[in-house]
Amino acid sequence: MSKTRVIEVEPVTRVEGHGKISIHLDEDNNVQESRLHIVEFRGFERFIQNRPYWEVPVIVQRLCGICPVSHHLAASKAMDLIVGVKKLTPTAEKMRRLMHYGQIMQSHVLHFFHLCSPDLLFGFDADPRKRNVMGIIDEKPELAVQAVMMRKFGQEIIKATAGKKIHGTGAIPGGVNKNLSIGERDFFLKDMEQMKTWSLSALDLAKNFTRDNFEKVGGFANFNSSHLSMVREDGALDLYHGNLRAIDASGNIIFNQIDYQRYYDHLMEEVRSWSYMKFPFIKKRGHLDGWYRVGPLSRLNTCGFIDTPKADKALQEFKGVTGGKPNHMSLAYHWARMIEVVHCVEKIEDLLNDPDLQGDDLVAHGERQEEGVGVIEAPRGTLIHHYKVDESDQVTFCNLIVSTTHNNEAMNLAVSKVAKKYLSGQPKITEAMLNHLEVAVRAYDPCLSCATHALGQMPLTVELYDANNNKIDGMSTAL
Amino acid sequence: MSEKNKILLIGYGNPGRQDDGLGPALVEKLGVNKPGFLTLESNYQLTVEDAYDVALHEIVIFVDAVIDGKIPYSFQVLHPRGMGPLLSHSLAPQSVLYLARTLFCATTKAYLLGIRGYEFDQFEEKLSSKAGANLNAAYDFLIQQFDINNTESGPVNIDIFY
Repeated sequence: MSKTRVIEVEPVTRVEGHGKISIHLDEDNNVQESRLHIVEFRGFERFIQNRPYWEVPVIVQRLCGICPVSHHLAASKAMDLIVGVKKLTPTAEKMRRLMHYGQIMQSHVLHFFHLCSPDLLFGFDADPRKRNVMGIIDEKPELAVQAVMMRKFGQEIIKATAGKKIHGTGAIPGGVNKNLSIGERDFFLKDMEQMKTWSLSALDLAKNFTRDNFEKVGGFANFNSSHLSMVREDGALDLYHGNLRAIDASGNIIFNQIDYQRYYDHLMEEVRSWSYMKFPFIKKRGHLDGWYRVGPLSRLNTCGFIDTPKADKALQEFKGVTGGKPNHMSLAYHWARMIEVVHCVEKIEDLLNDPDLQGDDLVAHGERQEEGVGVIEAPRGTLIHHYKVDESDQVTFCNLIVSTTHNNEAMNLAVSKVAKKYLSGQPKITEAMLNHLEVAVRAYDPCLSCATHALGQMPLTVELYDANNNKIDGMSTAL
Repeated sequence: MSEKNKILLIGYGNPGRQDDGLGPALVEKLGVNKPGFLTLESNYQLTVEDAYDVALHEIVIFVDAVIDGKIPYSFQVLHPRGMGPLLSHSLAPQSVLYLARTLFCATTKAYLLGIRGYEFDQFEEKLSSKAGANLNAAYDFLIQQFDINNTESGPVNIDIFY
C-alpha cells in the first residue's frame, strides 16, 4: 500500500469562522485529495425552537457578528408571512432595502480592501510581511482610508435603519419600527458624491486586476458549475426580493421564477461525514451534478440586467469577457463584488431621494399563518430562513440554508484545483503555496460561523503532516 | 475633521453569548445618565471604521470581557500595535488605535478596561452573577474617574493613568 502525506491548513485565515484544509499527497508529492473541513457546530436551528416568533428577527442576529443584518432581514421576511403580510408598506420595504444595501456595501468593501487586496495588489506569493493590510497602509494609504470611510458609511446606514449596531430592531414582523428622518437623510446625502466616486474607483481596481492578470485569473480555480440566485420578475438583479433562478454551466435555465416559499421542492442538502457544513444541490439534477454556486459571481451570471445605470454598464462589460456565457472564474467574484458595490451606492442614493422614507405607514397587517420562508441575497449569496410557528406563537421548526453553505462544494473544488496546480509534485510546500489555497477560498468570502450556525472567533494556525500523519515541524505558517 | 470630542467608550462583545456581552452591558449602564462629554458605542467586535471615531476623540476607552484577567476588572493604558495579516473582520483594540494614528493622524489617548467574565459558551443573553458584580465594580470605577458631577468639563482624573 502506498504511503500518503497529509497537509492541513487549519484554520483558513482571513475568512470568518473556523475551517481546515487538508491535502493528501502520495509518495511523489502529487495531490490525491483535497477537502475544506468545517469543524465547529452548535446547532442554532434547535436553539431557536420554542421562542416566540416576534423575537426571531432579533435573536437570529446572534448567528454571526459579521452579517447580523442579513439574518435580521431574512427572518423578518419569513415573519412577515407568519403575520399574514405579503406586501409591505412602501416606507417599510424601502427602509429595509436601504438597510440591506448599506450592509452589502460595507461587507463587500471590507472584504475586498482589507482581506483580499493585499493578495491582488502584491501577488499571491509576495512576502507575507508585506502581503497584508499593513502593506496596503504603507504603500496605498488612500485605499485604506477609502475602505474605512466606505465601511463606516454603510455601518451608519445600518445604525440609522436598524436602530443600533447590536441586535438591531428596525425590521419587525409586517414592517419596520422607524422611518428615516430628514436629518438622517441629509447626513448621508452629503457624502453621496464621494461614495459614488470611490465605488467606481474600487470597481476599476477589481476590473483591472482581472483584465491585467487574465491568464492567471482564467487558470485559477476556474471550473464549470451551475449558479443560483434570486432575480426580479423581469430578470433584473434584486438583492432584497424576487424569485429563484438557476442556470447550468452553459447558461441554460434549470428553473426560473420559482417562488422561494417552495425552495425545498427544488433544493436538497446532503450530509458528509467529514464536514459539519452541509452540501446543497438542485434536486432534479441529483447530488453528484446538482451542486451550484451563489454570491456575487452567480448573481451576475443569472440576472439579465441591473436596474441602475453605472452597475448595468459594468455588468455588460463583465459579461462581455465570457461572450455572454456564465463566468466560472473564482477570482471574478472580486470584480462582481465591486459591481454590486456600485449598484448598492446607486440604490442608496435613489432611496435617500425618495420621500417614502419619511412616511409614517410602517406596519402592514394580515391573517396569522403557521409557516413562512424568507430569502434575501446576502453579501455572500442566497440566504434562506424557514420557520413554522404554532398557535401559541412559538417556533416549532427552523431551517437555515446560509450563503456559505451553498458554496460548500464549489469551495472544495476550488481548493482541489489550486492544490493540484500549485502543490502537486513540489518537493517543499511553502507559505506562498498554502496562501494560494486560501486565496481560492477567500474569493468566496465564506462566513463559516454562519455556515455552521456557530458563534465566535477561532484561533488561527497552519499545520502540516507527513506520510505517516506526523505533524511536520516548521510548516506552521505565519499566523 | 470635526472638533474633537472628549471621551469615546466602545464596549464590544456578543450579548448573546453570556459574559461576552460585558462590554455592551457597560455601555447600556452608562447610557442611563450619560454625561455630555462621553460618546458611547457598542458592537459585536471592533472593526476598521472604529479607527475614524477614535480619531475624533481625545480619549478612547475600549471595554471588553476577559476570560483570565484580574478580578473584578483591569484598567490599563493601551498603545498602538502594528497589525500582522488581517485574519478576520475583527480587530484588536491596539490595531484600531494603530489605524487611527496611521490613517487619521490621531493623538487619542487610549485605555483598555477588561471586565472579568466566567461563562461564554452558551447561547444565552444573560450575564453570570459573578460577571454582573464585576460589571458593577467597573461601572463605579469609571463613574469615579469621570467626575460625574462635573458633566461639562470632566473627566479630570483619567489622565493620571497615562
